[in-house]
Amino acid sequence: MKRFRNALIFFVSLVVFWQILYWVRNAPVLLPSPFTVAQYLWSAIWDGTLATATWITTKRLLIGYGIGCVIGLPLGLMTARSKFLGDTVGLLALGLQTLPSVCWVPLALLWFGQTEGAMLFVVVMGTLWSVLIAVDNGVRSLPPIFVRAAHTMGSTGAHTLLKVVLPASLPFVVSGMKQGWAFAWRSLMAAEIYVTILTGYGLGHLLHFGRELNAMEQVIGVMLVIISIGLLADKILFSPWENFMHRRWGTSRA
Amino acid sequence: MSIRNELENTLPAKLVVEDVSKSFAGRGRRVQALDKVKLEVGEGEFVCLVGPSGCGKSTLLNLIAGLDQSDSGRVLADGNPVVAPGRDRMVMFQEHALFPWLDVTGNVLFGLKLKPGLTRKDRREVARYYLKLVGLEHFMDSNIHELSGGMKQRVALARALAPNPRVLLMDEPFASLDAMTREQFYVDMQKIWAARRKTIILVTHNVREAVCLGDRVLLFSAHPGRIREEFKVTLPRPREFNSLELAALAGDITRALKRHTAEEAAA
Repeated sequence: MKRFRNALIFFVSLVVFWQILYWVRNAPVLLPSPFTVAQYLWSAIWDGTLATATWITTKRLLIGYGIGCVIGLPLGLMTARSKFLGDTVGLLALGLQTLPSVCWVPLALLWFGQTEGAMLFVVVMGTLWSVLIAVDNGVRSLPPIFVRAAHTMGSTGAHTLLKVVLPASLPFVVSGMKQGWAFAWRSLMAAEIYVTILTGYGLGHLLHFGRELNAMEQVIGVMLVIISIGLLADKILFSPWENFMHRRWGTSRA
Repeated sequence: MSIRNELENTLPAKLVVEDVSKSFAGRGRRVQALDKVKLEVGEGEFVCLVGPSGCGKSTLLNLIAGLDQSDSGRVLADGNPVVAPGRDRMVMFQEHALFPWLDVTGNVLFGLKLKPGLTRKDRREVARYYLKLVGLEHFMDSNIHELSGGMKQRVALARALAPNPRVLLMDEPFASLDAMTREQFYVDMQKIWAARRKTIILVTHNVREAVCLGDRVLLFSAHPGRIREEFKVTLPRPREFNSLELAALAGDITRALKRHTAEEAAA
């Protein structure tokens, strides 16, 4: 309760500070008041633009992220366990991971056109390589004693992989998935802002239109929504895992 | 009680090590870790392997466990050649090797879940029995990182005993514990061994520990690893770690160990 109160006081003072800045600067086009932004958000919620855009963006993100994880997790396990795959696919992943995922956008547009396919491709590329590399690192840094101990208790093959190797590398896997999420989210926003996708307008487009129309309250409003989605995703997707690791491993809570 | 069969003391196994050799690729040359080692361990016998670090005692233990394969010679457990790890031969490692993603009970259940023919309820009862045996019945739901070093090794012992193996292989399990915890462990270990008859091989470099626990103490020498000398310990049980008789015998064995080490250095 105390933490909640502290956070509340902090954010209320931020808004107050913003309002004071608005009074002092008195340039509503560049810095609208918190009230104007709230007004925009209120109307955008009621006319459905915000809901539609949020839905379109989250859908792209979740589907692409899901695909990236589903491919990246087993691939990471395999590159860590097989020398051949490590020297080939692992090296490729390492190279591609250093490529900022926004750089996939031009290629995606040429391949897929201004469609959902292009957006999904960008999100998958943002997710896949960092998840793969995190799992690979996690499995490689496992103390061999875990697997040996499991073998003495009669665990072999797939059982060892699923019940020992995977849970043992959970801290790495989760941090890799978190990084993949961040990359995917950033690249999707960048793509949405600078490319018009004909199959649906996401939050990035809303932000872009705000700039075109010089509607600063829209720009700030949408930014707030984007921040909230990021926070929410962190709490829903990753907090449960982090709490579990905190309890079991005794690691500090992120 | 449904788990009575499961908890019944099975006949401890007889182990035979026949001319086992094993070498490793070291820096540019091969290191002969074991050279034609012969060893027989009777049913229910407690044998301690003592020697300097790097003399191959852990290697021998791993071969008996089936975690490694020998270059030549073979290991027989009850007449059957050992080719892979098996539930009849459980290992307790120097590092506790407990799984941090499972709680205490989860760790003990790990091996039990791989044992066919037990219901969920049976497994939990068996786990409870062994955790009680090692004195941790109040820590069944604890997480591994919350336990002290001694308690972790107790969980590791419970985990090794739970599938009811016939052989228990212990690789310096007390080495990382403080002296107080260790001495308590010797007392408890003797009680547990009396309750759960197993054939035990304990690897250690602590001579007094070997004399306190073992029926027989075997001295290992390094380069190449061989068994040099054997001492029978006939002191009555339970043995008191700090007793004079024990200390005297440990002194004799330590002197023999030093003599072997000096001979090796001279050779």
